[in-house]
Amino acid sequence: MPIVTGKSQRWRVWAAHAALWVLLALTLFPLLAVISISLRPGNFATGSLIPTTISFEHWQLALGIPYTQPDGTVVQPPFPVLLWLWNSIKIATISSLLIVAISTTAAYAFARLKFARKQALLNSMLLLQMFPVAVALVAIYAIFEGLGQQIPWLGIETHAGLIVAYLGGVAMHIWTIKGYFESIPVEIEENAKVDGATHWQAFRLVLLPMAVPILMVVFVLAFIGTIIEYPVASILLREEPNLTLAVGSKFYLYEQKYLWGDFAAAAVLSGLPITLVFLLAQKWIVSGLTSGGVKG
Amino acid sequence: MKAARSSGLQWATAGVASLALLWLVFSLWMAGQPLVAVGIGALGGSAIYIYGTAQSVAWKYLFPGVAGMLVFVAFPLVYTVQIGFTNYSSKNLLDEDRARQYLLEQSVADEAHARAFTLHAEGSALRLKLMPEEGGSGAVLVSPPLKLAAGAPAAPVAMQPLGTLALGDALSLRDVIQQRAALQALQLQLPPDEGGKLIRYAGLREFGPIDPLWKAVDDGALQQLASGTVYAPNRDTGFFESAQGERLQPGFKVSIGLANYTRMLLDADFRSPFVSIFIWTVMFAGLSVLFSTALGMALAVLLEWQSLKYRTLYRTLLFLPYAVPGFISILVFKGLFNQNFGEINAILDAVLGIRPAWFADPLLAKTMILIVNTWLGYPYIMILCTGLIKAIPADLYEASAIAGAKPLTNFFKITMPLIARPLTPLLIGAFAFNFNNFVLISLLTDGRPDFLNTKLPAGTTDILVSYTYRIAFTDSGQNFGLAAAISTLIFVLVAIMALVQLKATQQKDSRS
Repeated sequence: MPIVTGKSQRWRVWAAHAALWVLLALTLFPLLAVISISLRPGNFATGSLIPTTISFEHWQLALGIPYTQPDGTVVQPPFPVLLWLWNSIKIATISSLLIVAISTTAAYAFARLKFARKQALLNSMLLLQMFPVAVALVAIYAIFEGLGQQIPWLGIETHAGLIVAYLGGVAMHIWTIKGYFESIPVEIEENAKVDGATHWQAFRLVLLPMAVPILMVVFVLAFIGTIIEYPVASILLREEPNLTLAVGSKFYLYEQKYLWGDFAAAAVLSGLPITLVFLLAQKWIVSGLTSGGVKG
Repeated sequence: MKAARSSGLQWATAGVASLALLWLVFSLWMAGQPLVAVGIGALGGSAIYIYGTAQSVAWKYLFPGVAGMLVFVAFPLVYTVQIGFTNYSSKNLLDEDRARQYLLEQSVADEAHARAFTLHAEGSALRLKLMPEEGGSGAVLVSPPLKLAAGAPAAPVAMQPLGTLALGDALSLRDVIQQRAALQALQLQLPPDEGGKLIRYAGLREFGPIDPLWKAVDDGALQQLASGTVYAPNRDTGFFESAQGERLQPGFKVSIGLANYTRMLLDADFRSPFVSIFIWTVMFAGLSVLFSTALGMALAVLLEWQSLKYRTLYRTLLFLPYAVPGFISILVFKGLFNQNFGEINAILDAVLGIRPAWFADPLLAKTMILIVNTWLGYPYIMILCTGLIKAIPADLYEASAIAGAKPLTNFFKITMPLIARPLTPLLIGAFAFNFNNFVLISLLTDGRPDFLNTKLPAGTTDILVSYTYRIAFTDSGQNFGLAAAISTLIFVLVAIMALVQLKATQQKDSRS
């Protein structure tokens, strides 16, 4: 953009670079520090931020391999990080697949079919989604407690229950997919119907193959959303082997048992893949953000 | 032909589904869950109606999504409001019938008539040998071979006199312990000539008669068999109470009207921490949005400056805090801010010689929360502002350049006014998000440090949601009713914010 340039222009550029560097240092400090801490021997060593000796003990423990200290004592992994990661991935994958399936069909109805009070229904769904789940935790707990007494595999402490609990968060995804469906010309499906296809066939065989990109985006968004979900998981899952990463990670930093180094390795191990997926999906997340959604 | 067959199949499927649904609803109703039964009945009924008939094609596609939202978003909201009017808590967990049933199942072992037992292996099964009562005259009894490894039989096991049967060695105590779960479920029936009584497991060495403690009497009351005292259910307090006002544990769930709300407003012990928490919640949400907006907007403007090189690189790196999962970055900060082992204090100590107590001092803890939340929140605002600034027509800046305007003038006279209006609803959204930012508070400070001298534990850094979580799920007696009442208050506030946001969005749409 054209701005009046003067003699001070060069100084201004330098000042801006300097300010950005300071800010970058502050922003990246926690992320770089945690990598360095994960490579530093011991859980309490403080002092040098760049480790003088590199030790992979925390990484070994995070990967579930017992670590033998120089004096011969064997340290067992404090927490089953890989099991938690597996739980998280399992729950996130299944619930995201179901979320994609549910929101795709609903989005199809909103985009293509005529029915009474369509706009009112869509608006109330979007409005409902503004109430954070964290506020209704008591009711969610009570619901699954009651459900578990009748159907044990859906109760508290079950992954199936948690997956089912996540199925309510579909409004934003319906909105996203609906927007994409509306950008596909309706004539293609109409031609198929002229040729004798039913609604379902037009949807399943004509529209869906064209919508694969947006379905993948919604899958990734739902996946990230469920893998970082903490409040609901923390009340439904309590037993150590059952936990997801989001619930389990906090146990590293209890005052009585402070495992800073072990936490750092587990955090990098589990955080890095999620961060990479997020950065890859950044483009779509950002377009969703600017169209009015809020991170939640 | 094909159509007829498929419609026949459809009817059969619908019929089977209806029967299964009826059975489920019926069994839920009988199990004392009428509300759940009605809910499942309504939901399943509409599913069968929608998929079984050709009434509405659209609802065939809509149903799963709408049902999911109704069950897991709308219903919890309504249910929370309802719980807010009850005394549901760890002391009043069950409904009246189940509390009564629980008390009626309470029993005491009759020590005087206990009989020693031993277990003896016979093939893969076990026989149980009962000695006569101590000082009694009865015969030594034995059970038929039992497969205890597969669980205890549901029906009482008839005992017979041992006679001349030869048994192997008795199992050691350790082996008996392994059978304990099955033994506890086992009921033995004595032979008729010894009274024919049922006896149960009464310890690792004994079986004995188990006598109930309570007897059901008229009007749902319970009578203590030992003392004869009658405890009548009091449906205002939710406890079985004697005439003298003694209460039995556990109590039961009853509606207590507005008691939770009056407690919130009128109980002085509760109100003062509650008001402080409310003020901090508003301050926390407001300041978080203010700081993230200031930083995010400044960065967005700066990174649009074309004389600056490497802007894409800066933008990508500055976006990173948003990409790292929240539960990890918040915990990383928790570790870095640790007073004794944290890297931040190590640096502050080396440079300034201070070690602030970030987690013990309320003001420092609040400062830390705001620092962390600004770090977490500015990339979002930065991305939003970048998008909005890119939409401003470039000729405005060209015109101002001709007029000789300085960058600051550009910002305050062009950029700011043009992005303010579309940004407002998004900032209200961010405020609402932070107002309920449970994950940050819960993982970073867990509300601590706590207020001193409060009846219910309350933290100086608690926000309303984390406070309800504490009341409901941690210490202090799991008071679900009170937590739900506070949640209801939050719903009202969220609804107001949602409406304001909607208004602001519509304003933006109508002007643009």
